[in-house]
Amino acid sequence: MTTVNSTARRNMTLQKRKTFIICMLSVIVLLALCVRVGYLMIVCSERYSEQAQQLHERERDIKAARGRIIDSTGTVLADNRTVCTISVIRSQIEDPEGVIEALSSELGLSREYVKKQVEKRSSRERIKSNVDKETGDKIRNLDLAGVKVDEDYKRYYPYGELASKVLGFTGGDNQGIIGLEVSYEEYLTGTKGKILTLTDAKGIELDGMGERRREPIAGSDLHISMDINIQKYATQLARQAYETKQAKSVSIIVMNVNNGEILAMTNVPEFDLNEPFTLTAQFAGQEATQDLLNQMWRNGCINDTYEPGSTFKIITAAAGLESGAVRLNDNFSCPGFIVVDDRRIRCHKIAGHGAEDFTHAVMNSCNPVFITVGLRIGVDRYYDYFTKFGLRQKTGIDLPGEASTIMHQPDKIGEVELATISFGQSFQITPLRLMSTVAGLINGGNLVTPHFGVMAVNEEKGIIEEFTYPVTDGIVSSDTTDKLRYVLEQVVENGGGKNGYVEGFRVGGKTATSQTLPRGTGRYIASFLGFAPANDPQIMALAIIDTPQGTYYGGQIAAPVVRQLFENILPYLEEIGYQ
Amino acid sequence: MAKKQVQIRHSRHNMDYVLLTVVLFLVVFGLLMIYSTSSYESGDYYLKKQLQSTIIGVVGLVIMIKFPYKHLQKFDFLAIFVSIVLLLLVMTPLGVERNHARRWLDFKIISFQPAEVAKIGVIIYLASIIEKLEAVGKNAIRTPKGLSIIMIPPTIIAALIYGITKNLSSAIIVMGIAVAMLFVAVPDYKWFVGIGATVVAAAAAIVLYVANSDGGESGFRLARVRAWLDPESYSTDKAFQTLQALYAIGSGGIWGKGLGQSMQKRGFLPEAQNDMIFSIICEELGLFGAMAVILLFIILIWSCMVVANKAVDRFGSLLVVGVMAHYAIQVILNIAVVTNTIPNTGITLPFISYGGTATLFLLAEIGIVLNVSKSCK
Repeated sequence: MTTVNSTARRNMTLQKRKTFIICMLSVIVLLALCVRVGYLMIVCSERYSEQAQQLHERERDIKAARGRIIDSTGTVLADNRTVCTISVIRSQIEDPEGVIEALSSELGLSREYVKKQVEKRSSRERIKSNVDKETGDKIRNLDLAGVKVDEDYKRYYPYGELASKVLGFTGGDNQGIIGLEVSYEEYLTGTKGKILTLTDAKGIELDGMGERRREPIAGSDLHISMDINIQKYATQLARQAYETKQAKSVSIIVMNVNNGEILAMTNVPEFDLNEPFTLTAQFAGQEATQDLLNQMWRNGCINDTYEPGSTFKIITAAAGLESGAVRLNDNFSCPGFIVVDDRRIRCHKIAGHGAEDFTHAVMNSCNPVFITVGLRIGVDRYYDYFTKFGLRQKTGIDLPGEASTIMHQPDKIGEVELATISFGQSFQITPLRLMSTVAGLINGGNLVTPHFGVMAVNEEKGIIEEFTYPVTDGIVSSDTTDKLRYVLEQVVENGGGKNGYVEGFRVGGKTATSQTLPRGTGRYIASFLGFAPANDPQIMALAIIDTPQGTYYGGQIAAPVVRQLFENILPYLEEIGYQ
Repeated sequence: MAKKQVQIRHSRHNMDYVLLTVVLFLVVFGLLMIYSTSSYESGDYYLKKQLQSTIIGVVGLVIMIKFPYKHLQKFDFLAIFVSIVLLLLVMTPLGVERNHARRWLDFKIISFQPAEVAKIGVIIYLASIIEKLEAVGKNAIRTPKGLSIIMIPPTIIAALIYGITKNLSSAIIVMGIAVAMLFVAVPDYKWFVGIGATVVAAAAAIVLYVANSDGGESGFRLARVRAWLDPESYSTDKAFQTLQALYAIGSGGIWGKGLGQSMQKRGFLPEAQNDMIFSIICEELGLFGAMAVILLFIILIWSCMVVANKAVDRFGSLLVVGVMAHYAIQVILNIAVVTNTIPNTGITLPFISYGGTATLFLLAEIGIVLNVSKSCK
């Protein structure tokens, strides 16, 4: 018994020591865990806080103001209007009845609709967007708990229809859809800002936890070469011709011959840029399908091709003069037709022009002479000039959707094809393509790139970029240029382009009346291409009247349009000192 | 002489009031944190339920302070028997599944986890049986027979807990308590150091194996180990909770966000009032709050050690050692899991985490310790 007791006592002492050891081990481990906690909460704190923050924050975008589009006179053609989006955060609403009452009366919405939105079980419900700023401010000033007024930008075009097909418009996300708005998207579009709000795991915003903002950066303004006065006048003339001639469409382009800057471009009927999804009168009674909208938005000056007809004789003349196939005083005789490869091709004057030199043949726009010249140049050389004058490529204008030239393959061109090409038929180019090439021929041989964009200017950083465009020089010799200037002035002074004559200015030009495809429908495209001053060209204008009713001769209906345009804009350009 | 001693034993002035104060503080703090962590998602539901269990637990505490611990020795085999029967009952229709785990017994009036009963059962059984073996004779414990009598019942219980309720952490706790009590009862060190070293080496080997075998066939436990090694790669499933807890701890910083200001409890950290409550304590009360809580547990464990070493008899001393081991293992494992120091095993923080059965038995165990402390020298 004593031994058992003493053993028990010894074991008891041992047990105390071992209990102490267990306790100390536990304490040591717990202290080590303290270090571990300290490590997590000090050293790793930043990393985990950041990750947690990302988890807790929800982003809402703040739209950036889009850059404006400004013409050469400093007039803003595309602007932004501040609009507001009104939304409610259910969890933060204190007085639902008051909110429903205020919002339905201020926004002109039915009580039922607002009530439904307010009571929806969602984190944030939009009540109405594109609310004008005044109403938005008024609602903000009511200071209703749970009602959020976010400012937003909406594209606004002060001149409505003006240059609609050139400027283009933007979509719901403020992105360009057509026109310059698309081409200069990267300059115009700004950088979105962000509002970061704390939310719980379900995404419900937490009240009173504050929010972080990253301010948006506004886009750059685009300065373009268009002159609003010229554009307005060109549009007015085009609309006039469109109405009086009941035409399908009327296009007018005004371009700087020497650098390719476009001062005006219109393709009537235009559409209202502020209502781009509403069909215009020409589509009356039809439903606004995407197809019809695309038709309405089409810019005939660059998106469509046509057979240029007689205006193309400028190119044949240039090729003939440049290659030496013809000289201005070469004599020809026109019996009213010409036989090419046993095909009989008529001149527009059935009786024939009789004996005439090349200058007069241009003035008379005599088909047999141009066919003769074309045949003298030959298929290969003609095709080379066609290529050299840039006619096979797009102009490279800074607008989207430019159409390509539709031309025969070189091995498919026989004498008949060459004959028709010589007076502007059997192939198709865009009106702008014709204009750019002619500009190159009469400006001394520099093939310029037609364009609108001049520079991008940022409010803060100043000029971001001055745009430059490629120029191909030496497409013709200066001698050929001089001769072309001379004959084309003769066309206006004494030939078929008489109606293009402007008192007090030297104007050169060429008319065209081309039958549309398919032939024999009695539909024509009347056009006139004019430039001034004839001895040192600065400005060129092209007027195209598609499918006019009644008189359809270019010299009679298109030339007067350019004359009226020049009568007004030439003095104006002199006044503003345009180069 | 003997009578005099009995009188001293019944004097209440010797009761360890520090221990009682620490425990009561932890219980109240726990209620506060349960409300803080759960109110955003569930209002006062969890607070009310925990308050009910706390009241029952305090009744248990008072009963155990009053009930002379000596009489507990009579229940040693009964405790083991009841524990085993209750665990087996989980397999009958009486067992119910909650939170995707079948661990509860539902007797309509009360429902509880048998594993929690088993922990206190094992403590009572071992304290009693070791004391009895000591009385039989010198080194009776160290014979194979003695060792079998001591270790087989806890092993069976741990196996049942793991086998029936799939509750690895409770099984670990039961075995841990048993090993700790055996450790203090025998004079040997070598075996324990050997066993400890073996366990550590095995764990290290498993970790190395898992770390080097990328993906492939992986069981549930192995996937847990992998998630533990690289929580950010398993952020959507296995390590989701762990990573959310780390976010909470990390974003607390030194001073914390302030009571009630946790972001992670707002639906990000699932069941924040349970196993991971310590991470919300870190987030809201910062490093100092977390240290204070750990310090309170150190005081708790230390006080238990003092009571155990001042106990007048072997049985009382061993009871307290068992309780101390229980607290120590559970606190260490919980904080280690929450801080991703060891793989996630799903273990609650004593007195603070939400849980009815655990609260009742933890308070009852403290009652036993306080009861022993009353008769301390």
